[in-house]
Amino acid sequence: MAENLQFAFSGLTVGTVYALVALGFTLIYNASDVINFAQGEFVMLGGMTTVFLAMAGLPLPLAALAAIASTVVVGLALHRLAIEPARTANPIVLIMITIGASIFLRGLAQVVFDKRFHTLPPIFGSEPIRIGGAAILPQSLVVLAGAVVIVVLLWAFVDRTLFGKALIATSANRLAARLVGIDTRQIVGFSFAVSAAIGAAAGILITPITLTSFDVGTLLALKGFAAAMLGGIGSALGAVVGGLLLGLLEAFAAGYLSSQYKDAVAFLVILAVLFAMPQGLFGKTRVERV
Amino acid sequence: MIVLSTDRLSISFGALRAVDRVSLEVEEGLVFSIIGPNGAGKTTLFNVISGLYVADEGRVLIAGEDVTALPPDKLARRGLSRTFQNLQIFFRMTALENVMVGCHRHEATGLIADLLHLPAVLQQNRRSRERAMAALARVGLASMADQPAGGMSYGALKRLEIARALASEPRLLLLDEPAAGCNAVETEEIKAIIRALAADGVTVVLVEHDMRLVMNVSDCIHVLADGHTLAEGAAAEVRNNPAVIEAYLGVHGTREAALAVG
Amino acid sequence: MQDETLTPAARPIRSRLASLRRHPLALPAALTVLVAVTPLFLASSYHYRIAALVLIFALACLGLNLLMGYAGQISLGHAGFMGIGAYAVAIGPAHLGLPSWLSLLAGAALSALVAFIVGRPILRLKRHYLAVATLGFGLLIAIVLTNEAEFTGGPDGMAVERMQLFGWTAKGTVTWYWISAITFLLGAKLALNLIDSPTGRALRAIHDGEVAASVLGVDVARKKLAAFVLAAVYASVAGSYLALFNGHITPDVAGFLRSIELVAMVVLGGMGSILGSLVGTAVLVVLPQTLTVLHDYEHMVLGLIIICIMIFLREGIVPTLAAALGARRS
Repeated sequence: MAENLQFAFSGLTVGTVYALVALGFTLIYNASDVINFAQGEFVMLGGMTTVFLAMAGLPLPLAALAAIASTVVVGLALHRLAIEPARTANPIVLIMITIGASIFLRGLAQVVFDKRFHTLPPIFGSEPIRIGGAAILPQSLVVLAGAVVIVVLLWAFVDRTLFGKALIATSANRLAARLVGIDTRQIVGFSFAVSAAIGAAAGILITPITLTSFDVGTLLALKGFAAAMLGGIGSALGAVVGGLLLGLLEAFAAGYLSSQYKDAVAFLVILAVLFAMPQGLFGKTRVERV
Repeated sequence: MIVLSTDRLSISFGALRAVDRVSLEVEEGLVFSIIGPNGAGKTTLFNVISGLYVADEGRVLIAGEDVTALPPDKLARRGLSRTFQNLQIFFRMTALENVMVGCHRHEATGLIADLLHLPAVLQQNRRSRERAMAALARVGLASMADQPAGGMSYGALKRLEIARALASEPRLLLLDEPAAGCNAVETEEIKAIIRALAADGVTVVLVEHDMRLVMNVSDCIHVLADGHTLAEGAAAEVRNNPAVIEAYLGVHGTREAALAVG
Repeated sequence: MQDETLTPAARPIRSRLASLRRHPLALPAALTVLVAVTPLFLASSYHYRIAALVLIFALACLGLNLLMGYAGQISLGHAGFMGIGAYAVAIGPAHLGLPSWLSLLAGAALSALVAFIVGRPILRLKRHYLAVATLGFGLLIAIVLTNEAEFTGGPDGMAVERMQLFGWTAKGTVTWYWISAITFLLGAKLALNLIDSPTGRALRAIHDGEVAASVLGVDVARKKLAAFVLAAVYASVAGSYLALFNGHITPDVAGFLRSIELVAMVVLGGMGSILGSLVGTAVLVVLPQTLTVLHDYEHMVLGLIIICIMIFLREGIVPTLAAALGARRS
């Protein structure tokens, strides 16, 4: 029992990060149909920038805010300089551009920061809290709470603001959105900015637990992408559920089977789900019109 | 002989019953038209018959054989071919290559033979090319054989689709709005092609909005409205059927039309 | 188009040149000349090594290009099949006592079988779902190769015995240049044959419109599967060569990054272009070698180059340049 609780907590903590990365994928995909493989680099930039600004003497909260802001700038630049010039290209070409961007950002981090692992001090110390026999790091609760805040803010924004409605309209039908006067280019740029902010925040939250380095982005992008597909691409609910599910799967597989095969178990389950539900858990099935 | 028949064929999308217990019988060698107002379910009916959608109820028979729910490629091998309302052209291939794909059901070489370019494959390529050229000639596109399909005009593409369907040498050809978007000259060309096909013994099932074309070429007309059958008969019968007029013009429109005529 | 502007004498030469370019043997002949002449420019064993690597990866890309550029199906796990081929020639001689050449064939057969079994359910998926499923499949192979250390040597990999044929040992960069060159040419010819065949036309039709292809009698699922199996065999043979050439193999050969690299090579060179497979591979193999002089800036520059090629040559290097040349000529 205590063991299961332990697995569940560690699974949820990691899963939260996957969910936030998946949410970033979903936002950009909905606005532009682009799968942004540089999403993992946003997470890396959030963590690394905070670490180095804090080392330079900035107070942690300020460092974190500055890190999020600078990642947003990177996200906007990625859209403006690399995606926008090629927006009419084939989807696979756009994916290649984001992969190129991810290699570039990794290289940039190597030069601007360094190649070592770094961590941040946990906000509420590192004394584990005991719940039902399981030991939970206070930072895990911070990660969960932070993610809840992000999701609620995002939901409120999309649901309650005109900009949010424009985003929904753009994802439903780009041409129609443009016809009613929505600046879809601005919307896409905005989705890159928000995705970058979410990624950076996730990176800052998780760094005290998992450490960070210039190359953590690749694996996170891969897992986040898998989570988004498991949930059904384009569905925000799917992204969150897919991310949490993936984290839980890994934690329980590592606990009960072997830690070497945790990724294998996770991907076997994803394959099984997709074979049964080719549109993911919450994806829309659509009738092909001819 | 009845080449195609449907028996109380139905399909729904959510709450919408797009095709509702439609039964029809198509005689061999005739031009059979399906007409009806927008949203009557004509294209959906085509999609069910050609195996793209699976019917909720009812059956489809080709030459008396039950083919309900067979996939499209199996139906093609039984001699059914079709064109599409909104073009489905292989844009990255030339006109000739497009039509050569139409020959696919007659091509019998295997993967290994194809890789090695065995003599049988070269012969097959030659045969398919000849057959495709003949089909292009039939629709008047022989001179455009080597043009990339992506650069051809709309009217030419409409005919290219017909040529591609013809290359499979179908016994039953479904044409979904072949004249839609065509100008008067192009429509005349389509009409001539349909006539020639019928003369060659190909059974044609036609969905078309151009009433002059329909009335001109059809041996039998089947009228759909809101997914179900409204009437069926020869051109003259259907034209004067009050239910059909009402479906097209609405009650109000019918009254006005009567006033205008009277 | 504007032939009228030419002198009458120039016209026949022009049209003869054009028909020469369209001749079915034009590309194979050009490729043969290219690999035959390249050694004149290779000054050292290191150069030969790079050239051989280009040809080996280009072989894998030929198959992947059939799948991506012709059938229009993406695979983000294709390095998995390279892994199967690579470990077949490592494990066969070491643990099963099979000669290398037989292990290579067995690896190719195993890859084909695996592709045949997983292909059917995977290829039912579309677009991004297909991408994630193939990605997962590739990852599974890499994980098995990493963790079954008893057979594979684990993350450190294992040594690969040199290939012997009738008492002759295949070793050295020059030998491997020629082995990979001949195999690449053979692979390219087979791919070109396939494109100009009923199967090839069916695959291209599927790429442009599955629905239209199926109503014309193309068994879409079966043709996609054929392309997938074929691509797996190409990758497997390339993987075997890579292992035999290097004499050592690690699970990285099957890793996610390798899969991404293969896709990048195909897209960069040009999807649906056989020559593109070679050019894209050459760029992505040679570039990192040249960029090492930049030390820490290597990755930044590599990323920038990929971005720029994709923005400015978005159909891929070969098709974009060919279109530009064609436009100028006519």
